[in-house]
Amino acid sequence: MLGMNKKDTALMIVVAILALGAPILLNPFPTESAMAQFNAGYPDLMQRFAIFGIFAIGFNILFGLTGYLSFGHAAFLGVGSYSVVWMYKLLDYNVIWGLPLAVVTAGAFALLIGYVSLRRSGIYFSILTLAFAQMSFNLAYSVLTPITNGETGLQVYTKDPQVLLGANEANSPHFFGLVMNSSSKIAMGGWEFTFNNGYYFCAVILMVMFYLAIRIFRSPFGMMLRAIKSNNTRMTYTGLNPRPYALAAFVISGMYAGLAGGLMAAMDPLAGAERMQWTASGEVVLMTILGGTGTLIGPVLGAGFIKYFENIFSKINDNILHGWFSFLPDGLEDFVVFIIHPFIGKGWHLTLGILFMLVVIFLPGGLVEGGQRLKKLVTSKKDDSNNTAKTEPAE
Amino acid sequence: MSKTTMTRRGVLKTGAVAGAGVALPTIFTASSAAAYTNEPTGSTVKFGFNVPQTGPYADEGMDELRAQELAIEHINGMGDGGALNTFSSKALGGDGVLGKKVEFVTGDTQTKSDAARASAKSMIEKDGVVMINGGSSSGVAVAVQGLCQEAGIIFMAGLTHSNDTTGKDRKANGFRHFFNAYMSAAALAPVLAKEYGTDRRAYHLTADYTWGWTQQESIAAATEAMGWETVNNVLTPLSATDFSSYIAPVLNSGADVLVLNHYGGNMVNSLTNAIQFGLRDKMVNGKQFEIVVPLYSELMAAGAGENIKGVYGSMNWNWQLQDEGTKAFVQSFGKKYGRPPSNSAQTCYAQTLLYADAVARAGSFNPCAVAEALEGFEFDGLGNGPTLYRADDHQCFKDVLVMKGRDNPTTEYDTLEVVEKTPVAQVTYAPDHAMFGGAEASLGTCNPGA
Repeated sequence: MLGMNKKDTALMIVVAILALGAPILLNPFPTESAMAQFNAGYPDLMQRFAIFGIFAIGFNILFGLTGYLSFGHAAFLGVGSYSVVWMYKLLDYNVIWGLPLAVVTAGAFALLIGYVSLRRSGIYFSILTLAFAQMSFNLAYSVLTPITNGETGLQVYTKDPQVLLGANEANSPHFFGLVMNSSSKIAMGGWEFTFNNGYYFCAVILMVMFYLAIRIFRSPFGMMLRAIKSNNTRMTYTGLNPRPYALAAFVISGMYAGLAGGLMAAMDPLAGAERMQWTASGEVVLMTILGGTGTLIGPVLGAGFIKYFENIFSKINDNILHGWFSFLPDGLEDFVVFIIHPFIGKGWHLTLGILFMLVVIFLPGGLVEGGQRLKKLVTSKKDDSNNTAKTEPAE
Repeated sequence: MSKTTMTRRGVLKTGAVAGAGVALPTIFTASSAAAYTNEPTGSTVKFGFNVPQTGPYADEGMDELRAQELAIEHINGMGDGGALNTFSSKALGGDGVLGKKVEFVTGDTQTKSDAARASAKSMIEKDGVVMINGGSSSGVAVAVQGLCQEAGIIFMAGLTHSNDTTGKDRKANGFRHFFNAYMSAAALAPVLAKEYGTDRRAYHLTADYTWGWTQQESIAAATEAMGWETVNNVLTPLSATDFSSYIAPVLNSGADVLVLNHYGGNMVNSLTNAIQFGLRDKMVNGKQFEIVVPLYSELMAAGAGENIKGVYGSMNWNWQLQDEGTKAFVQSFGKKYGRPPSNSAQTCYAQTLLYADAVARAGSFNPCAVAEALEGFEFDGLGNGPTLYRADDHQCFKDVLVMKGRDNPTTEYDTLEVVEKTPVAQVTYAPDHAMFGGAEASLGTCNPGA
């Protein structure tokens, strides 16, 4: 279907079901239950899942296929956000102006940074991209304050021109009248599901971008990129110049990042310089590795995993813990809370770090490898039951 | 051929399933239209405390959280009631707010605008809070204030000292109890003139972001008005930890006062560097060289240790004040946590009580009704003396403290002494002051959301 083989079509359908059903799938616990703490089906987090999913898919096109590890992709994220907010300030709140511009400016930045950085490979390439990203961050944070509004973050003021703003137009980001932050809530028994316009906008774009990534992965161009990763020298000997291919991959993944940054500003009309910091660049590397480098679905899973921890675990505090363990005797309750305390709230980094270590050590292929192993476990058991009668040759 | 067997039980079952199927759409309509964002319907109401729990201001954040927890206790009628007993408004009866028990959720701002907005959004969308309080940075305060305005809930700012929060970035749904850079400058300048004379030459080192700039602008204007000369202003990156290369040129510039527009770890490091260079032992232009730190905090003072002896600065509040409100709060805080509260803790405590009180007076959690109750509200008994919440820009006007590093501290908390309580009249400015966005700045209209 649509130029995809059977397996990819199935994957695409799974992604579509996950993306469109997220508001229900991510809210498995009734609103009043104690487990509601772990529900992730609220608009802001779902939007982040989709946006960082796009970011990670794009990053994977560069890192997963060519093996070039960029530590500066957050710069493109920031450039995308600033483009969109500037379009709000100059034209109006319709995201149709900002998003294409975000992709184009991020692409232009990527071309510039990529052209210089790709002269080196390996660790030198990583350091160059990191340096460029830190430069961009510092420029945005203080030097270019007239353009970026520095530490406060770029936002829309009532005195901004907004030349296209109509009389009845929504006063927050929208797509031809589809207001991003409006949502309809549906209560069903003990559950409440929130269907948010902004989330579905992101989800549709995520599906399109995922489809695009599949086509790139399966194209002759994708094969060239894999060739760069597997043996750059041999590729050169066969008479092919790898650099244009690598640069193209760099620009494409930069454009993905720009789109993700643009969508962040489309959901929340503010662009802060922090999203260009090196920690943000590092985060997307973690997402890709955690999910499974070079796989299609891995980066999306990794993005969801990290964002879930950041937003859910960081909000569990001691009071909630005491609530959970109140059935224990006092001394024991305090002891259990004391043990768990370092891993929740501000300690979510610690929990994530431990999980990351476990994944890298035991599942080098990321969450995708975990899934494959589970699948193998299930299917091999089935095989066993079929093959019980078969005699095995002795060693 | 198919065979149909109809039993009584089968008919009943089919009927029940069909009935449920027909009734199903009605549960979709069960969601009622709320009058405003997160209207509390049950027996409880949730407040959101968004404070830095990681990053450079984590210590301040944890102290804010302690105070907020204490405020909730007092509102719900537990503990000794603290400053509720001395508060001039008696609308809160110690039984929650409007008969609802107050609960709270916490979030980590990480002192980053993006992270702060994400955690605030999750509190609004997931936990259904009606108010957000806390924070320890002006950039974060401005960002979260904008978010609350869009979402339609009230933002009660924590520690934010930039003029912009209630200046060019002021919002109808945002309120600030903490003082600002202009007030610091207005309070400090006369004291500096008295102590150091009116013919000084000042050299500014300024943290390179909005708070630093507004503070530098305010201090330079106030000191120049009384005759000082500003020799130079050097911007330092926020991430800097070693300021030696910035301190060295100060000696050759002919300046005799160094103003450090730094906060938190920046200030601790720059002051330490300045002392190591022996600046305060130098004589320049026939005068003793002096250092000024316009914004002080207890945690910074503790970090700088010996080095702050005799250095002037300003504060919003200090636990050593002797009024009834301060005594009640400090006693209550000390009993629970075994330490005196910091001035960022006090502002969050006061903001939480002020919000709850405004709801009680307004008789509704509707943000527009609450904002109306807060606008122009005059109160006393929370530790800052008589205070006004000005309606024009949602800024509190109250006395400002001029502080000095104590020469002989007796305990680890006794590092600063109150030099002067600058009366509120001296630090008041017009709502359309040029440093506060001028005539263009406006609150906009109150947004109840929904």
